[in-house]
This record gives sequence, structure tokens and C-alpha cells, in this order.
Amino acid sequence: MSTIKIPPVLRGSVGGAKEVEVSGADVGEVLRALAAEHPATESQLFSEDGELNRYVNVYLNDEDVRVLDGLGTSVSESDTVVILPAMAGGGR
Amino acid sequence: MASGAELIRKVKEQIEEVDPKDVHDLSQNGSGAVIVDVREQHEFEEAHVPGAVHVPRGHLESRIEGEVGDRSKRVILYCASGNRSALAAHTMQELLGYEDVASMRGGITLWKDRGYDVEVPRALTPEQRERYSRHVLIPEIGLEGQLKLLDAKVLLLGAGGLGSPAALYLAAAGVGTLGIVDNDVVDLSNLQRQVAHSNDRIGVPKVDSAEIAIHEINPDVKVEKYPVRLGADNIMEIIEGYDVIVDGLDNFPTRYLLNDASVRTQTPVVSASILGFEGQLSVFHPYEGPCYRCLYPTPPPAELAPSCGAAGVLGVLPGVMGLLQSVEVIKLVTGAGDTMAGRLLLYDALGTTFTELKVRRDPDCPICSREPDEISDEEMGVFPDYEAFCAGAG
Repeated sequence: MSTIKIPPVLRGSVGGAKEVEVSGADVGEVLRALAAEHPATESQLFSEDGELNRYVNVYLNDEDVRVLDGLGTSVSESDTVVILPAMAGGGR
Repeated sequence: MASGAELIRKVKEQIEEVDPKDVHDLSQNGSGAVIVDVREQHEFEEAHVPGAVHVPRGHLESRIEGEVGDRSKRVILYCASGNRSALAAHTMQELLGYEDVASMRGGITLWKDRGYDVEVPRALTPEQRERYSRHVLIPEIGLEGQLKLLDAKVLLLGAGGLGSPAALYLAAAGVGTLGIVDNDVVDLSNLQRQVAHSNDRIGVPKVDSAEIAIHEINPDVKVEKYPVRLGADNIMEIIEGYDVIVDGLDNFPTRYLLNDASVRTQTPVVSASILGFEGQLSVFHPYEGPCYRCLYPTPPPAELAPSCGAAGVLGVLPGVMGLLQSVEVIKLVTGAGDTMAGRLLLYDALGTTFTELKVRRDPDCPICSREPDEISDEEMGVFPDYEAFCAGAG
């Protein structure tokens, strides 16, 4: 099982959890497993054609998967996948 | 018992004295000799021999090794007229084991009479020396760093949750000019986190309230107030001339606008954002690291981008993040340490975890893959689905 770190804006869609454990051989499988378990996350992560939404950054440990093999990046048991949407709050 | 004058005469017989002309020749031909000014701080600050290091005679024994570690090196000492430097040379030669020490005859007075140049360093006033003494004491900042801070112009975008702590600490640190852009007025609900404002300034424009708080801490800081909303029509004019921008903006369109404008002016932006119990921090240093668009090519839809006003925030969190921003500003200005350029820090206050992610420059970035003068006014702040985003955000 790999760990996915859930950002604050998505926590409502996973029952409030900060981290979710899911199985998958690559980043795409891991994220799809998350979407299968928590369907409310699907439209936030993936566009209608099944691609990762452009406004969602995904990191394998500390590296952006865009500079690795994208959704095809292999994931091992000890890896952490970080989902990172942009935040704009300035505390106004 | 010998008189003071006799002692000095005897000491001078036991050491080597050199003429200012020889010292001048040495300093011109790059001989590697070290010239040491042994006078007091205020004398050194008035004027000194170019390239001289400063070790006051009262601190000679404790500090000379820091400046001249190699005891076989040629060292020339001088003072005002040649007496203190003779005594210091004697101490170095007889008690500290320096092998090649000399004292400059006639001191800096004779040096000047001969018409040689002196260096007049910029210095802190006595009041500034006291105020910034704890900075000057740390080698990474020192006098040089403090002078850079005093010369620095830092622009704060927003005098809210992030901008408040940044304004207070950067003022305390002696940043010479603080610009503040904010078109809001102080509201009671701000005071849970916006520490530059106060109960008796509710209803006062935030730029005016912040100016009062800044001057209460450090009256020397020049405050430039911009009580406007940052937009495509004014951003280039406002940010021009600032050395560093502190981004505490509360919405995406302005963050993209800021990014594009700061790439054009090549101004580093220290960016933070907060929500709930979590904060993000990075430095976007145009052309030296990634820009905001390299990290976030496009913003999330409005329903996934709640503002603090709507979603709430732990009041202390912007304090933490605003001060992390202030540290980055100080490093950018002084050149000390490593900034967060190319890295993104995620702080989770509830779990007290810090996660660091790598941020890379995107070779296909629509903005920073191009030269600054190729970016037009029209494309600044625009992103895919911009109009739908703004309509959704209401």
C-alpha cells in the first residue's frame, strides 16, 4: 500500500482524512484507486477524457511526476504520493 | 619607572617602522601584505587606508588571529600618528609570535599629508548601531548586510494576515523602504490574525494602520502607500524599483498577474498562501528558478479554491507563514543562505509536519521561457479559462 497525502480542499471528499492508503503499481493506478474508493474525488482529479486535471500537481515523494513518467511513474510500497492543488489565500 | 613617552620611544627602537610611501607601494603592487588599522571604531569609520582591515588595539590579542592567521605574513599596522600602532606591533612581535610586523610612521595623518587616498566607509549612525547590533553581530548579516537592508525596497502585496507580520518584522529588521498595496479597511474580524492593525484602528485604511504600526517599531522606515487594488493597469508602475515582492494576495487572477509582471521586471517574489491549518511557501526568482506558472500552469476552478474569508484560517498560521516569508526576504536582500527558489514548503500546523517538494523550471512555460521584453501587456495575468474562472469566483 502506498500513502496518498490529501490536501485540505479534497479532504471533504475522503471523509476528512489527511492520508489515504491505496494500492497501485504506478501513479495513475494509485489515483484511480483513490477515486474508486472515494468517488467524490474523481472529477476533481481527472478531466472527462480521463487525464489528470492541469490544476492538480502530483508528486512522488518530493518530485513532480511531470518530470518523471507522469501517471505511468512506478510507485513502490514505501512511496508517498502528494496531491497539491494551488492555494491563493492570503489571510485577508 | 619610565614615562609613557619614554616607553613608546623604546618600543619604537625594538620594532620596524615603515614610511607611508612604502606602505602605499605595497598596497599598489598586490604584495599580499595585510594592512591593519588599530584605531577605535569611530576613527576607522571616518576614513581609513583603502583595503585595511580593522582590529582596534584594545581587541588586538583576541581578534588579530581572525584577520591574520598566518604568523609569517607581512603585517603593517597603523593608527592616527604612529604610537598606538608601534605598541601594537611590539605586542604582536614579542607576545603573539608574528614574524614580520611593522608600524607605519606618522599614522594615517602622515599618509593623508602625503596625498594618498583614504576610504570613507558608509557607516551606521550610533542609534542604528545600537538598534541593529544583534544583526551586525552575526557574520552572515554583519554591517554589510545591515547596510543592504537599509538600502532595500520591499513591496508587500496586502497588509492582511501574511503582510502584517512581514511588515512588522521587516520594519524591525531595518528594511529601508516598505511599500504596501492594500485597498481594504481594518475590520474587527481581521484582528484575529492581522497583527499590524489594532482595535482602535477599525475602519482605518489598512495602509495607514500598517504605517502607524511600522513607525511605532522603527521610525526610520520609509513607507510607500498604495491604497488601490492591484490590476493590469497599475501593476508595472507599482512594482518597478522594488528589490523583492512579498506576495500575500488572496486570489488567483492577481497571483498570475503578479507572476507575469515580476518576470518582466525580473523581481523575486516571496510567495505564501494559507488555508485552514496549512500553508505553502516558495520563492519565485525569475530566470534563476521556476516562476509561479511553472508550478501552477492553471488555477483550480473556483469551487476548489476557497478563500480564507469563506473557509477560515487559524489566526497564528499566517503569522508563521508571513515570518517565513520575511526570512526569505532578508536572505534575498543580504545574499545570506539558500532561498526557497526551486522548492515548495508545505506546513501542516495540526500535525506539525513540514513537507518539501521540488519545483522545476518548465522549459515550455508560457511566460518565463521567453525574454522579459517579449511579454506583452495584453497577456499578463491571463490563463486558460480565465473568464470562466472569474465568472465562477463571482
